[in-house]
Amino acid sequence: MAAEVGIMRISEQIDALETMDIDPIRYLVSPRIAAALISFPLLTALFDVVGILGGYLTGSVLLGVNPVLYFSRVESSVALMDVTGGFIKSVVFAVIVVSICCFQGYYTHTRSEFGAKGVSESTTSAVVLSCVLILIADYALTSFLL
Amino acid sequence: MDKPLIEIKNVTKCFGSNCVLDGVTLSIYRGQLTSIIGQSGTGKSVLLKHIIGLLTPDSGQVLFQGQPLAAMKKNERKVLKRKFSYVFQDTALFDFLSVFENVALPLMENTAYAETEINNRVKDKLHQMDLFDIENKYPSQLSGGMKKRVALARALVTDPEIVLFDEPTTGLDPIRKTAVHSMISDYQKRFGFTGIIVSHEIPDVFFISQRVAMLNEGRIRFEGTPEEIQQTADPVVRSFIQGLESPHDELTGIASQSLGQKRLAREMFRLQRHARPFSIVLLSVENLEDVDRIAGHVASQTALKNFATFVKNNTYLTDTCFRYDMNKLMVVLPDTDADQADMFCKKLSRNLNTDAIFDPSEDRKGLCFALSAGIAQAQEDSRIDAMLSGVEKRQNIFYECRI
Repeated sequence: MAAEVGIMRISEQIDALETMDIDPIRYLVSPRIAAALISFPLLTALFDVVGILGGYLTGSVLLGVNPVLYFSRVESSVALMDVTGGFIKSVVFAVIVVSICCFQGYYTHTRSEFGAKGVSESTTSAVVLSCVLILIADYALTSFLL
Repeated sequence: MDKPLIEIKNVTKCFGSNCVLDGVTLSIYRGQLTSIIGQSGTGKSVLLKHIIGLLTPDSGQVLFQGQPLAAMKKNERKVLKRKFSYVFQDTALFDFLSVFENVALPLMENTAYAETEINNRVKDKLHQMDLFDIENKYPSQLSGGMKKRVALARALVTDPEIVLFDEPTTGLDPIRKTAVHSMISDYQKRFGFTGIIVSHEIPDVFFISQRVAMLNEGRIRFEGTPEEIQQTADPVVRSFIQGLESPHDELTGIASQSLGQKRLAREMFRLQRHARPFSIVLLSVENLEDVDRIAGHVASQTALKNFATFVKNNTYLTDTCFRYDMNKLMVVLPDTDADQADMFCKKLSRNLNTDAIFDPSEDRKGLCFALSAGIAQAQEDSRIDAMLSGVEKRQNIFYECRI
């Protein structure tokens, strides 16, 4: 996302939007945030399922744990709060990740490096910043939710 | 003169230690085409971006109808922005949208037109740009010249009041280049938009613009009409113009205007010193705009080119044939009096046929080609400019064909 918006910035496409009186934030950033708000929880749901099945595969199929025991333990130890907490976090992370990426891309032209180099810097800092902020937000949210 | 539409007052802009604009003052008048010329890197594009508000000046002001742009409220700016269109130097097409979507975007986002209406408008504009069957292609699949024309179509599709062109013809071939110029000029006459063109195409932009400004070392070195700039005594402006002007007109291949003027002066000298008579014939294509409308700008420019080649082929080696204006050619005939010049015109009209002008393989129904000619024989005491204006007034239609 940072690279996409960054390339649009350096090839003057964002300027072109502004000259056409199309708000670049509305046209480029808002749809991405909306899309992430939908896709992140869906992905979380998918990975929840994949995680449980993965546990079954390694635990039961490879290491020979009784599958019935595995699933009954999963049922008893996973509370609803764990799942809803995951969804709440995913929504927050969606906003964080998309805003950081779009922000980094959008301001590519203000970097000291220009052109493709600037885009690569934007991408790198988008990844680093997102990771760090997710860790911080995760810590804050977990302590808040528990 | 009435109040300027856009005023640039003492604008300064520095990027780091590099000051690109250093106190630029310029006025743009409503309904006029203003050309901004100047060497590469003198800040022409930066100046354009200040006008549309993409960049803000470090000091100085940009005024629109007397109101400073910087002090406008968001809503006022929004209204103002809708009147503008900007053609970027590097086209700035959206690479994730198809050609059709690119051109349709400003209509879809900012107008309430129905889908069919948008469809028609977009197709119309693309066809006017001589672009066919590329609606579903993506910008990366197009050649540079095509991208340029798509960008022009996108800028003009909203019928804007003010259009800023940042080198609209760089990278186009001579026919398309003049086709774009004639199209800009034609639209400007029809819809009366205000245009600002940053261009290196000298003298072509002089034909179509009413005002010319030259930017040099961050300041406006010259501001005036195209006639004034061609006669200026300023050495910097002169050397810049002459450096860019080639002795041959790029489209027609015949001599350029400046070379023709020199030739005229030489003939005048020969007349005064050696009493050698000479005549001039001014040939104008009267209905180039009709041809534009029926067959398109490219066809009309091709016709003009073919006509110039035809005239050139019918002159003697000692005659000079040069481009006098957008649609006018002038032939200087040495050792010729008015009667002989008249015979020359008759010969032209006898030999001229439509196949030489329009491509016979294309559908040319409804096309008309009207030529008028004016003849003048130089007198010893006549002045060149008086002779030129006289010959322009005396023109009559001498050839007309309808297909």
